[in-house]
Amino acid sequence: MALPTSSQTVGPFFSCGLLRNPLNDLVRPETRGDRITIVGRVLDGDGVPVPDAMIEIWQANADGRYRHPEDDQEARLDPAFEGFGRVGTDANGAFRFNTIKPGAVPGPDAKLQAPHINVTVFARGLLNHLSTRIYLSGEVLNATDKWLQAVKESRRRTLIATPENAPGAHVYHFDIVLQGKDETVFFDF
Amino acid sequence: MKSPAPYRRIANEVHPPHLYPDYKSSLARAPSHALVRVKQTLSEITGPSRSRDWRDGDADLTHANGGEALGERIMVAGRVLDEDERPVSGALIEIWQANAGGRYAHPSDQHGAPLDPHFTGIGRTVSDDRGAYQFMTIKPGAYPWGNHPNAWRPNHIHFSLFGAGLATRLVTQMYFPGDPLLELDPIFQSVPDEAARSRLVAKFDIDVTQPNYALGYRFDFVLRGRAATPMEA
Repeated sequence: MALPTSSQTVGPFFSCGLLRNPLNDLVRPETRGDRITIVGRVLDGDGVPVPDAMIEIWQANADGRYRHPEDDQEARLDPAFEGFGRVGTDANGAFRFNTIKPGAVPGPDAKLQAPHINVTVFARGLLNHLSTRIYLSGEVLNATDKWLQAVKESRRRTLIATPENAPGAHVYHFDIVLQGKDETVFFDF
Repeated sequence: MKSPAPYRRIANEVHPPHLYPDYKSSLARAPSHALVRVKQTLSEITGPSRSRDWRDGDADLTHANGGEALGERIMVAGRVLDEDERPVSGALIEIWQANAGGRYAHPSDQHGAPLDPHFTGIGRTVSDDRGAYQFMTIKPGAYPWGNHPNAWRPNHIHFSLFGAGLATRLVTQMYFPGDPLLELDPIFQSVPDEAARSRLVAKFDIDVTQPNYALGYRFDFVLRGRAATPMEA
């Protein structure tokens, strides 16, 4: 059996290679589903914005199906939705994705997981990438989601994006805090 | 629907710890809480590797802007495998690197070495049915960095891979054999296991060379393999 290849940091100069075509608008006019915008910042343990991070997202379509050969659910694929996005943070550590609210997908217990967006974080200083999830405030399924339940109650709020008051748009706020008191929950799977 | 098998867990010594004090940038950015261990779901077993828009490759970095890049031409070739040594086909592989003088074509790189107008240092390809890939490029130069006094990064090429699922995402760096800077480099040394570290060093391979044109290095990737049993129903 072969041993897996070790991770190394992306370092400070990845954007020329990985962000040639930033993908932070996942929505086309014909994409099905409720439009949402996710905005947030990446902050380090001193509360300083991280201007050289890259955020990747991966999510199911509005019907809860992933565009992937191993998702053979009966739910429909959406020809106008890939489900993948990635973008770099700006000088203020900020990022933004325009996407749709994902449908619920089944969990390992065959029950539905709460709607969520899978997030992978890369940056100089991160020798391994970090994995987290964006859940949406107010979802009924949040109460029974297995991953949320695996997290200490006091830290769950770090995984739940909160709506901003922006007229006519569903804008959710989700900060990624790499370290410290308000540290975002990162998962090991 | 059927339940696909999850990916196996990786031994602790393979990946670096998040906090590695010799690597200064990790001090304020490494998480201080333990990661929360969870069972994989369809969300982690699926992933963006099969995205339709990524088929356009550029695996030859030695020409840009109407001219030939300076430096020692090298072919880097290998395979993407899983832990059971099965080929991973369709993996998106992206690379970025410094030029022969040790300078990135990136606005934040302040190193005084010259830029090469004919070298952008970025490439992209997709592994074939045998998991094989190759890049024709220039051997990157070493360069100084601010981690500690007189710190130099060894020659390296950055690699980003999307395997079949989110759980197999990998970003790493490929190093060169015999580089005296490796034992002084905190990023390379952050990998705890010596055997795992040595696998980040490419092997010179005469069979990969292009006669009268380029030296050849072999570098294989091993992504997480599948567990024997399906996800818990």
